[in-house]
Amino acid sequence: MSSPIDTLVNREYQYGFVTEVQSDTLAPGLNEDVIRLISSKKQEPEWLLDWRLKAYRRWLTMTEPHWGNVKFDPIDYQAQRYYSAPTSVKPKQSLDEVDPELLDTYKKLGISLTEQKLLAGVAVDAVFDSVSVGTTMKEELSRYGIIFCSFNEAVHNHPDLVQKYLGSVVPYSDNFFAALNSAVFGDGSFCYVPKGVHCPIELSTYFRINAAETGQFERTLIVADEGSYVSYLEGCTAPKRSTHQLHAAIVEIVALDNAQVKYSTVQNWYAGDKDGRGGIFNFVTKRAKAFANAKVSWTQVETGSAITWKYPSVILQGDNSTGEFYSVAVTNHKQQADTGTKMIHRGRNTKSTIISKGISAGDSQNSYRGRVQVLPRAEGARNYTQCDSMLIGNRCGAHTFPYIEVANNSSTTEHEASTSKIGEDQIFYCKARGLNAEHAISLIVSGFCKEVFKELPMEFALEAQALLGITLEGSVG
Amino acid sequence: MSAALAKYAEAFAAAEAAPGSPAWLAELRKAAHAEFNSIGFPTTRNENWHYTSVTPIAERTFRPLKGAQSSAAIGGLIERAVGDASWARAVFLNGQFEPSHSSLASLGRGVRVSTLTAALAEQPDFVSAHLGKLAAWNAQAFTAFNTAFVQDGLVVRVARGVKAEMPLHVLHLVDKQAAGCMIHPRLLVVLEPSAELTVVESYISERGVEYFTNGVGEATLGDGARFYHCKVQRESREAFHVGTLQATQGRDSLFHSFSYASGGALSRTNTYTRLAGQGAEVRLNGLYLIDGAQHADHQTIVEHIAPGCASRELYKGILDGESHGVFNGKVYVEPEAQQTDGKQTNHALLLSPTARVDTKPQLEIFADDVKCTHGATVGRLDDIALFYLKSRGMGADHARAVLTYAFAAEVLETVELDELRDGLEKIAFERFTRA
Repeated sequence: MSSPIDTLVNREYQYGFVTEVQSDTLAPGLNEDVIRLISSKKQEPEWLLDWRLKAYRRWLTMTEPHWGNVKFDPIDYQAQRYYSAPTSVKPKQSLDEVDPELLDTYKKLGISLTEQKLLAGVAVDAVFDSVSVGTTMKEELSRYGIIFCSFNEAVHNHPDLVQKYLGSVVPYSDNFFAALNSAVFGDGSFCYVPKGVHCPIELSTYFRINAAETGQFERTLIVADEGSYVSYLEGCTAPKRSTHQLHAAIVEIVALDNAQVKYSTVQNWYAGDKDGRGGIFNFVTKRAKAFANAKVSWTQVETGSAITWKYPSVILQGDNSTGEFYSVAVTNHKQQADTGTKMIHRGRNTKSTIISKGISAGDSQNSYRGRVQVLPRAEGARNYTQCDSMLIGNRCGAHTFPYIEVANNSSTTEHEASTSKIGEDQIFYCKARGLNAEHAISLIVSGFCKEVFKELPMEFALEAQALLGITLEGSVG
Repeated sequence: MSAALAKYAEAFAAAEAAPGSPAWLAELRKAAHAEFNSIGFPTTRNENWHYTSVTPIAERTFRPLKGAQSSAAIGGLIERAVGDASWARAVFLNGQFEPSHSSLASLGRGVRVSTLTAALAEQPDFVSAHLGKLAAWNAQAFTAFNTAFVQDGLVVRVARGVKAEMPLHVLHLVDKQAAGCMIHPRLLVVLEPSAELTVVESYISERGVEYFTNGVGEATLGDGARFYHCKVQRESREAFHVGTLQATQGRDSLFHSFSYASGGALSRTNTYTRLAGQGAEVRLNGLYLIDGAQHADHQTIVEHIAPGCASRELYKGILDGESHGVFNGKVYVEPEAQQTDGKQTNHALLLSPTARVDTKPQLEIFADDVKCTHGATVGRLDDIALFYLKSRGMGADHARAVLTYAFAAEVLETVELDELRDGLEKIAFERFTRA
């Protein structure tokens, strides 16, 4: 097994270009004045500034977490820039006024903001460094009463909703990176689906890091009111740079009684080169709270980032609520991933399902870390967990750290995990049927991940399969 | 230094002044004591102790036991041990060897058993070559604690190709004299290539005695050696127990460990092995039955170092009352350990609504040609199975007892020694069928 895979594995990261735009960028460093400046640039109300400052002061008392199964040198938080925005973006402009350079960037990424309105199906909020560039299909959505806009706009136009739900799932004191994000977050997306509304199209946020030495700290808040439904997609890319860049985001989801939220991510941040130079540190806090009869489903395909530290979780607060986590995490070269989920069963008859597929190749390390917690009140709670790892090559590692904590005897929890090598007999069989090694591997890997891919919206599923192929290129040989 | 550590330092200084032990051992104790002081008792922030708080141990100060007498209680305690009277026997009462109740001669030629004290006098080079070489007294607080305060123990050596003629039963008995005291027993087993030995360790104490047992064992398995180890911990419900067994295995060796735990207010059993020779196999099994406010924790670490080794683990727990069970199994597969075959299973049965289980089966794999799986379940008795038995005319209580016993029996069946297996099955059956 050799050259075709080599070429496949060593394929270049195709989103690594840099957009030349005039930017309003803060000097590196972090202190209260920087936070005040970010807040004033966004013309934020007093309460939000106070909240940021509280988060900052809390952050100062916290230490960088190193309990994950990932190794990185301590980050110099004073060497980072905490705000960068293309000067051409003015608040509340319509899409027609957006800088053509920026639109072009998204076009290259396959996200055409202007044409988007013609393609039925997806509404996009595009975030470029610290600001939202534009949101499509807003009028269409507003007919249903759905609010979908940049976070900053929501702060100005829907302050009551933001104030009510901001930090209600991920408090600013939650963890080191969440506190940092709460202090310095740039922009992000906000979505509110009113009672009983089934959102007719997929909503999507596309995050792009462009500026150098800049961290990206975006924040997404999704509120699904009683009986509503929304499916949300998230994509992300960054230029190739030889230094690490920090991405510390927060996604908060509130699913009120009987609501359903489906959140899908294809994470394709720049992963660094094959020797581990550069790449994004993806330290993300994602959490949902599901009230009575609500259902929250996380689906993620993690292929990028030098280091991933991410545990999309569901607090099953209400009775009969459901949480799901479907994940494919692929690492190659020197990538490190420590990812998984937390399912906190608080309500009665709550259900959770965890399906995690880890694939490690090259010199990478891939860890699943999950916590299933059944609290004493959670009568009849049910959990099923399956995490499988596949190893391609003999220099990589696959690790599993499940924490199962059960304090109610009427609950049932089941956990299964397996780790194995990619099947040589399977590859041989495929080759005997005329497939080359590269196709054989891609077929086997797709089969391995099928349970997760089938949860993805269609366009995403195709993209995910293609990405998987690229990430694994050159991993067998 | 905490108040408790300061007390232990005083006790250590007093013991150190007493003459008798060779210089190398004094050095080892001293180094271990320094480690113990610097590590201190683990907190729940320590990942290895995440679910077990040792505060009840740390907040008490246990005294070293001095001048205890042989007592009339000993006969009754020996009676309670599960096993066969014909086995070779080493009896320790409150940590002190009881030669009059022990019989070590019958193990046959090539099997040398002696107390640690005797071995230090008779075969000092052998002891110094092995004692403290496997157990991580420089990393684990309780192992350091034991190494600093070790009084006596057992040293077993089986010569090349020799199969011990019968099992060796080590009885750790405790009576009222030990109230408020700590006992640090030690076990050292060296099996030369192709040797075979079975050791049963029984921990039994008088009811109501509060004390602390902190045992450490080290077992070296030569190529092709077979070591069967059963630990039966049925100490008083006021007792505290920490036991660590560290093994290292040569090529094609077999290590089978079984742990039965039903005693103690708080107990922790560590079973660790290094599969250092190609084709070695380990089977770690365990059953814990707890109720009331008991806490039982099992930790296993299997390090696959050489290629082609197999590990099998099955641990089960049955919890009633407000008891708390913990299982943490770690399997490491080093880059060289290709063709590793690892399987780890952990099931817990919760009989009461207030019992609690925390389990963490973990895999860390650095080699690709491996087959490793683990599974864990937590739940209560199957309603459908109960219904079935009831529909066949069985009373609800009896049906529950039968199903609970059946759950335990699966793992009890892995005990090779007939007398021990039958004895434990009987205890378990009586436990679940008592009115």
